[in-house]
Amino acid sequence: MDISPERQREMLRLMQTIRRFEERASADYVAGDIYGTVHCYIGEEAVAVGVCSALEQEDQIISTHRGHGHCIAKGADIDRMMAELYGRETGYCKGKGGSMHIADFSIGMLGANGIVAGGISIITGAGLAAQLEGKGRVAVSFFGDGASGAGPFHESLNIAAAWKLPMIYVCENNLWAVNTPASSSLSVPDVATRAAGYGIPGMVVDGNDIFAVHQATREAAARARAGEGPSLIECKTYRYRRHTERPTQVDIRPAEEIDAWLQKDPIERLVRHLKGQQGQLTDEEWERMDREILERVSLAVDYARASAFPDPARATDDVFAA
Amino acid sequence: MRQISYADAGMEALIEEMGRDATTFHLSTDAPPPLVERFGESRVRGTPIAEGALTGMAIGAAGSGFRPIIDWRMVTFSFVAMDQVVNQASKIHYMFGGQARFPILYRCTVGGGVRMAAQHSQSPYSMFMNLAGLKMILPSTPRDTKGLLKSAIRDDNPVISFESTRLLTLVGEVPEEEYTIPLGVAEVKREGSDVTIIALAWLVHEALAAAEILEAEGISAEVIDPRTLVPMDTDTLRASVRKTGRLIIADEAGPTCSAAAEISALVTEDPATFRALRASVRRVCALQVPIPYSPTLEDHVFPDRNKIAAAAREVMAES
Ligand SMILES: Cc1ncc(C[n+]2csc(CCOP(=O)(O)OP(=O)(O)O)c2C)c(N)n1
Repeated sequence: MDISPERQREMLRLMQTIRRFEERASADYVAGDIYGTVHCYIGEEAVAVGVCSALEQEDQIISTHRGHGHCIAKGADIDRMMAELYGRETGYCKGKGGSMHIADFSIGMLGANGIVAGGISIITGAGLAAQLEGKGRVAVSFFGDGASGAGPFHESLNIAAAWKLPMIYVCENNLWAVNTPASSSLSVPDVATRAAGYGIPGMVVDGNDIFAVHQATREAAARARAGEGPSLIECKTYRYRRHTERPTQVDIRPAEEIDAWLQKDPIERLVRHLKGQQGQLTDEEWERMDREILERVSLAVDYARASAFPDPARATDDVFAA
Repeated sequence: MRQISYADAGMEALIEEMGRDATTFHLSTDAPPPLVERFGESRVRGTPIAEGALTGMAIGAAGSGFRPIIDWRMVTFSFVAMDQVVNQASKIHYMFGGQARFPILYRCTVGGGVRMAAQHSQSPYSMFMNLAGLKMILPSTPRDTKGLLKSAIRDDNPVISFESTRLLTLVGEVPEEEYTIPLGVAEVKREGSDVTIIALAWLVHEALAAAEILEAEGISAEVIDPRTLVPMDTDTLRASVRKTGRLIIADEAGPTCSAAAEISALVTEDPATFRALRASVRRVCALQVPIPYSPTLEDHVFPDRNKIAAAAREVMAES
């Protein structure tokens, strides 16, 4: 594949940034510095980075409750992300949103969302806007296997297919919705099969293989930009952690299943690829990259901690646009 | 008496009623293990994330002789089922001339205070009260949760149970022997003579705390928990206000078109009660905003014991 070694290392850096950012967010949440709830994306990093690395800057994405990875992959500033998690006025949403609601419209990240499937129709509207505008922009919906059983998925795919909207629907099938196995909720083994019902391409890809995800997205984006309509890409992947970082969160997933997926780690896989096949990454370089990322995350925490909590009076701001 | 939590009291109600009536069944995303263990995977189903379909399926099953229990989990997720609630469940008995009964329990949690931001911190019961044809409970104690849920399951209408997120871990006395609490009966939680505080759910506890503060200042507050929003025990509320002459209504929802607004209207439109009023009626509610995440913002938005006590001092100063 024609991805330069520099780009590949950049992809690795983004994946590891997602992981280190969330490890820190989880620790600080448990310590009481971050509130509410935190959903980690760890284990699924190849999907967000694989997809976003195949997009243009002006393309738009929408996220889910598990949104940190999509933000970072699309280029969000981790200082403002961490400040939002810390509930500070310098956060992306001025402390109004928290972990589940980070958005950065300036980079085409239309927001994490607390409603399963809630984003799918919103981003399909961004796809309609892209079609009306006619500048070749595409819009990408990230959603889980759980969301694929909800009405907005089906209604949006039908409209997007009928109108040939420049859309890419990316299902992150991590095999579970909280503690419900996808196999018990899905009427077919693969979500991608459903594409046939809407007359659009449906692909199953190994979601832990960043190149496979990247390649599938490129093809879908080319199709969308050419006016040929939407595609559905199902990425088979796995979340390493419990549904949320809440200490009381129950996890019934079998230990063997978790272990088996840990062996297929998407980051280690890319590291191995870069080190081995191409000799593009030495042990020292990888260690240095990781150290830099850890330092960067720690700076983001410093930024958050140095920022003020919002003044209570700001609670009534932004109910309406001025 | 033994003490159990508000959440456990709710589960006990379901276990008892599902054991009592084989036409009950339970649907929710992620099936509750205590119910699955007792009643099996056929009657207790973990479902796909499709609240709209579940809400509608409950109507069809109820009209076909069953007593479905649907746990939406958070009221947040009921909104994707609003067509089935508004256009179907609330109207179907009436619209079809009362041909069939639709005994359904829809459960959900409401409220904020847990830093979950706008979508996951909502208290929209008045949106549902605005519909004719749905009954609604809003318990404030473990004892009421169990007793009201048992009545709700036995009721022949769709009933929505709004359960307070802040109270889930609250522990309190719950009788071991069988009991129910009828829908439509308020409870006077504390007697007083100067001001009536009608409070909902978590605010009942804040109102009781406010009453303590006020007592130390020589103000005697009566605290009433309506417990059921539809039907509302208007007589008990009015009788209290006729006695005290002053009314404060405390709720976690915003004030606009709220349960608090409805209570204010129900109480004051009665001529005898209106004549007994000695001060303006006050609503102590959340600010009319989506609930923000950051602690400094969220704490500012919600009412609490201090805001209730301040309102009581103000109405006392009026006359
Ligand atoms: C409409 C709706 N119903 C229920 C929930 C509660 N909930 C939050 S995440 C989740 C599971 C989502 O599973 P999936 O879409 O597969 O995403 P994953 O968590 O696996 O990333 C559920 C049921 C919700 N947020 N929205």
